[in-house]
Amino acid sequence: MGKEKIKERSLSASEAARRDQREGIQDSIPIALGYFAVSFTFGIMGSLNGLAWWETTLISVTNVTSAGQFAGLSIMSSMGSFIEMAMTQFVVNLRYSLMSISLSQKVDEKFRGIWRALLGFFMTDEIFAVAASKDRPVTRRYFAFLSLLPVACWTLGTMCGAILGDILPAIVTTSLGISLYGMFIAIVVPPAREHKPVLMVVLLSVAISCLLHYGPMFQQVSSGFAVIICAVIASAAGALLFPVPEEGGEA
Amino acid sequence: MSVRLFFLYLLVMSLVTYLVRAVPFLLFRGKIKSRFFRSFLYYIPYSVLSAMTFPAILSATGSLLSAWIGFITALILAFMDKGLIKVAAYSSAVVLAVDLLIRLF
Repeated sequence: MGKEKIKERSLSASEAARRDQREGIQDSIPIALGYFAVSFTFGIMGSLNGLAWWETTLISVTNVTSAGQFAGLSIMSSMGSFIEMAMTQFVVNLRYSLMSISLSQKVDEKFRGIWRALLGFFMTDEIFAVAASKDRPVTRRYFAFLSLLPVACWTLGTMCGAILGDILPAIVTTSLGISLYGMFIAIVVPPAREHKPVLMVVLLSVAISCLLHYGPMFQQVSSGFAVIICAVIASAAGALLFPVPEEGGEA
Repeated sequence: MSVRLFFLYLLVMSLVTYLVRAVPFLLFRGKIKSRFFRSFLYYIPYSVLSAMTFPAILSATGSLLSAWIGFITALILAFMDKGLIKVAAYSSAVVLAVDLLIRLF
């Protein structure tokens, strides 16, 4: 890292730009591959829910979220209200606000105004995680090239899944239906294993989720609102019982 | 669902998602002061993802048995810190195997 810093000072503007471009693309490749696989599942789910392939693809290119899109899809297919759609997207995607706030402290001085308005569109869990762990300020160019391939693959994967979803046998498509949940589990379990507060929040959220799902008196509660209720109660309980230390953790 | 209704849903969905991302990015320069709010936001991803996963995962596959086995497979692999892709791929493969076996017998 020491060497990097010395080199950085001697880089000309065009060299720095080329480096940002090269490293942005390099760092984005693993994200892009993962996105292709997960969005393929989303494409399949879209056609299982009765959407045309271009409709499912449009959802992906205009949203670029995983959990939010799956939640939105289930609201569409159950003909939920627009309020439910808006509130669900707000709560499910609220974590992006935290990421945006966090990254706003790390971008360089030229990354502001219109650039934030444009590139903020690409704030996903993985793009944020890679940008935030970079050992120097994040430039517009780096962030743009970091986002490019993943978003392209997210869109392309959705399209392939939506088109092939109709062709593949049902037993294959339903087995892929678990892959997104597998990804969620892979995100949640490692920190829950390391930090007891996270584990407690997870268990509480799952308990409320089961109560809303199986409790006879809660059958009116739609799945979108159920996620909001679980998330707000469990996170508030976590914040009250286990406030994060001053640095705010890594989320 | 009509195409018009689809586009209305799409508009609501993408607009809210965009604003949630871009507005704080545009507005925030300083650090959030409320410790409660920061803690609340810190726990949001975990509470959201776990509520979305369970019990919905149990009806995500062809049978309850394959869903449980896929779920437990994912838990074990995630506990062992295998990455997102491996956890997702192996749990899908296990589900497919179980559902194929169920169909055979």
